[in-house]
Amino acid sequence: MTLLFSLFLLTMLVIVAVAIVNSVNLFAAVILSGIFSLLMAANFFVLDAADVALTEAAVGAGVATVLFLGALALTGEHEREGPRGHFLHLFIAVATGAVLIYATFDNPVIGDPNAPVHQHVAPWYLENTPELIGIPNVVTAVLGSFRGFDTLGEVFVVFTAGIGVLSILGVRHTLVEITGAELDARQRSLRHHLIPRVVSRGMVPLILLFALYVQFHGEYSPGGGFQAGAIAAAAIILYCLVEGDDRGRELVPEWLLGLMLAGGAFLFGAVGVACMLLGGNFLDYSVLARTQTDGQHFGLLLIELGVGITVSGVLLTVFHAFARRASR
Amino acid sequence: METAFDAISFVLMTLGGLCVFIGGLGVLRMPELFTRMHAASVTDTGGLGLVVLGLALQAGWSLALVKLAAILVFLFATSPTSAYALANAALLSGHRPEGAERLDEAAERGS
Repeated sequence: MTLLFSLFLLTMLVIVAVAIVNSVNLFAAVILSGIFSLLMAANFFVLDAADVALTEAAVGAGVATVLFLGALALTGEHEREGPRGHFLHLFIAVATGAVLIYATFDNPVIGDPNAPVHQHVAPWYLENTPELIGIPNVVTAVLGSFRGFDTLGEVFVVFTAGIGVLSILGVRHTLVEITGAELDARQRSLRHHLIPRVVSRGMVPLILLFALYVQFHGEYSPGGGFQAGAIAAAAIILYCLVEGDDRGRELVPEWLLGLMLAGGAFLFGAVGVACMLLGGNFLDYSVLARTQTDGQHFGLLLIELGVGITVSGVLLTVFHAFARRASR
Repeated sequence: METAFDAISFVLMTLGGLCVFIGGLGVLRMPELFTRMHAASVTDTGGLGLVVLGLALQAGWSLALVKLAAILVFLFATSPTSAYALANAALLSGHRPEGAERLDEAAERGS
């Protein structure tokens, strides 16, 4: 049954991918890529990777689609007529595909207990997580503690991406402060969207609550900083979409976004340095509290918080950068 | 008792699947934007609601039931809203439903 389901999902993935390549209308391509992400998330879930599925659904299908649409508002929705395809291109694509398919024959069967991925370090993590870290979600233990360096690097990649978008799309030199009567006039122009506004007023707090749950329950259930950051950003973006970008910027002002962008990454690094000052290794949380597992809990809580703050800050910053360009 | 629950949930889920199928058929066969949207949104909300109800009967009194209830509430709130937002956006950007001119004329004659 599961096999049938994954076969269906993978077939749908191929169909959607071909449709994305074929579509000339970029708007349709963006929506299709959102569908692609959702199918991919379902696929991850079938493969029991709930953490990855949550991230893919929140970032790929949710926030990335909105960001693409924001970019489309700046560029226009039709693809420019490019040069026609060449036989050489077709040959390279077919040859690469053939090599990749040939390579899959060496792959172990899905779920094969003798596969290298189940024989390498994974058993060690599964065996030692209860004793060393003391939390049920091994994914969080691996991500936050055993491979804390990698995660720190990822947070800085996200941070750098936010800085990059800001430096390309401009920070604030074109920003015109809108307050009072003009803001109210803009608000009235949104009166056509009464029903979405009323419904979203009920939804936004619930989504934020769910983001907090995913953030702070990540040690016990699927989730953590990356997912929670994306979900919180999605809630605020929903608010900005239905209430207007100006109201959104009143809710989460620019200076706060800048602080979130840098503060989260700083918090992560600072926890590492604090570990060093207390006599441990960099990002070795065991020294943060009296016992080994308490220290690990405390450290994981702090670094996940840092990850969440940076991720939501970066996503909101990118969204505002696009929205401001489009509304100018 | 259990077989009765199973039978009811089977019927509900089949009906839900049928609803979604009819909706898909409507999207393909209806003549223009607004009728297509109508086909998709009504059957989606109803069909998914039926499927979730069927699953709830399967779940029994458990945590899964609470989650399914939450999903049901979210779907019933968001699915019609998104359909409304889509139709509203289409109307604002200049799409008119087929036959809207006749209605406009009738309204003018009446006033």
